[in-house]
Amino acid sequence: MHILVCIKQVPDSAQIRVHPVTNTIMRQGVPAIVNPYDLVALEEALRLKDRLGARVTVLSMGPPQAEAALRKALSFGADEAILLTDRAFAGADTLATSYALASAIRKIREDMPVDLIFAGKQTIDGDTAQVGPGIATRLNMQLLTYVSHIDNVDLERGEITVQRRAEGGVQVLCTRLPALLTVLEGINEMRFATMPDMFRAARHPLAIWDREAAGVTDLTKVGLKGSPTVVSRVFAPTPRMHRAEIIQTQSDQPDDLVATLLAKMFTKFPDLRAAVRPRCA
Amino acid sequence: MNQPTTSPKPAGRRKFELDPRFQSYKGVWVFMEQNHGEIHPVSFELLGEGRKLADQLGVELAGIVVAGCDADADRFCAEAFFHGADLCYSLTHAALTHYRNQPYTQVLTDLVNRHQPEILLLGATTMGRDLAGSVATTLQTGLTADCTGLAIDLDNRSLAATRPTFGGSLLCTIVTLNYRPQMATVRPRVMSSPVRDTSRSGRILAEHPVLAETDIITKLLEFLPDDRRNETHLPFADIIVAGGRGLKRPDNFRLVWDLADALGAEVGATRPVVQAGWVTADRQIGQSGKTVRPKLYIAAGISGAVQHRVGMEGADVIIAINPDPDAPIFDFATYGIVANAMQILPALTAAFRQHTAAMKKAV
Repeated sequence: MHILVCIKQVPDSAQIRVHPVTNTIMRQGVPAIVNPYDLVALEEALRLKDRLGARVTVLSMGPPQAEAALRKALSFGADEAILLTDRAFAGADTLATSYALASAIRKIREDMPVDLIFAGKQTIDGDTAQVGPGIATRLNMQLLTYVSHIDNVDLERGEITVQRRAEGGVQVLCTRLPALLTVLEGINEMRFATMPDMFRAARHPLAIWDREAAGVTDLTKVGLKGSPTVVSRVFAPTPRMHRAEIIQTQSDQPDDLVATLLAKMFTKFPDLRAAVRPRCA
Repeated sequence: MNQPTTSPKPAGRRKFELDPRFQSYKGVWVFMEQNHGEIHPVSFELLGEGRKLADQLGVELAGIVVAGCDADADRFCAEAFFHGADLCYSLTHAALTHYRNQPYTQVLTDLVNRHQPEILLLGATTMGRDLAGSVATTLQTGLTADCTGLAIDLDNRSLAATRPTFGGSLLCTIVTLNYRPQMATVRPRVMSSPVRDTSRSGRILAEHPVLAETDIITKLLEFLPDDRRNETHLPFADIIVAGGRGLKRPDNFRLVWDLADALGAEVGATRPVVQAGWVTADRQIGQSGKTVRPKLYIAAGISGAVQHRVGMEGADVIIAINPDPDAPIFDFATYGIVANAMQILPALTAAFRQHTAAMKKAV
């Protein structure tokens, strides 16, 4: 079985700060990490490898520095890593990104057919959850998003059965391979890389593919040119511009503060009186 | 927080001629998401927003109903009219009873290609995001995910879709210039639901797509419904009491639960509190959690970071309790008490209990 895992290197969004004057992202000192949801996908692929035997290839598109993300994936146990990097891919939106990735995956398939593709639920920088479905659609593969459990992989029949998160419950779906899965967090717990694996990952040769190697011939489909969406404006969230009415009393004791607050609030918003429906003890 | 940018740089507002093959694309469509015989409330919220966009453009608003049988479809169409649609495209087939990516993508892209809307909106649910990604790729058009604001740029009739980016620290407005339809998904509860008006009606254009179950590769074996007893109802709660890191210790969070009991409210929390394990992840409110719009939101020990704010600023009334008078939460709350939440919460609980007792006596 050949499993492909798509990963992305992202800035750690928890540590991003916006410059208070220029409203621009301050990237300095913000560490680049592997998108956490992609690590969940990688772990799920590695678990299938442990159970059923498989070759796991990781694929990433990004600047040359994204090599670090792929080495990380190798240290966890991926067998091969491919970095798709070319200036022509810069500025791509999700449609142009899925075009380049799908094109590279067609090349990978020439070498060895791909049975399963894993992707994270979404990234923490873009949050779109669109590239996975885009790749599946372009490659005409079955798409299973928000997978919360893999029930069974039947290689002889070429089928996979999964549980998929839906509104109000879980769908149990069976489909034919090859398929693309995006997995939910909480499906597994990431393993630790061992020392020997880290050494192997550091030495392992990485395949670096430019647009030619990836089989991209139509340059109007990639990068900024291939992106139908345009960012027209970036701005900081506007304050509501009416500051809270600060409740004060002479004593500033909790009971007085609260009594004043309730009196003011129920006068101005009388509908709220009826909204209070305490639960029985 | 600094002053808002008052004059946006019109980077995307460059002059352009819409490709002739897209000039016939007219109208605003809303995909009516149905699960097990019920329309997802996000679809009504989208109809409310879609109505405004359609009126600005001077075009019709259509609901797209996909169902397993005509009886269900007719009921869904009626609801779409009650919530603002002018017409409905109704697609029924037994293979469409439950959501699956392949047949839904097929019928929706086919409908778009034949009837050519300029805007197509879907809910940012597990179904809507799955379907929108496939449909946009098949149609080779732009899709903006998880929008918090939609507007029309009347200069070129384009949809300006605003969404949080970089974990909510910034907002960006995205346009799809020379492609149609312009697609966007919107999270549940970001937009308010329009008033249901049962006197409204509209035209139904019913179709029965040609589908064969044997051609559909993915099979639904079973549906396992969630245990509703443990479910939180944050997105539709009237009152929410939420706690943040200002509560200092996990056992202080008990005070939030006590107040919630006195109010009949749901309990919410910020990301740090969830990460610390004080409450379960399904109670997280904000950019990476749930979006809520209650009548009353009580924020205890919450500083009001942007990541939290984007999930709760749709509340009608916000009470903020924080000892720091400069905390950002006071910039957008309705009422503020500058004090320690551990002292104010018990006082609030007692006061609301008194209020309830007084209301009972009055009846």
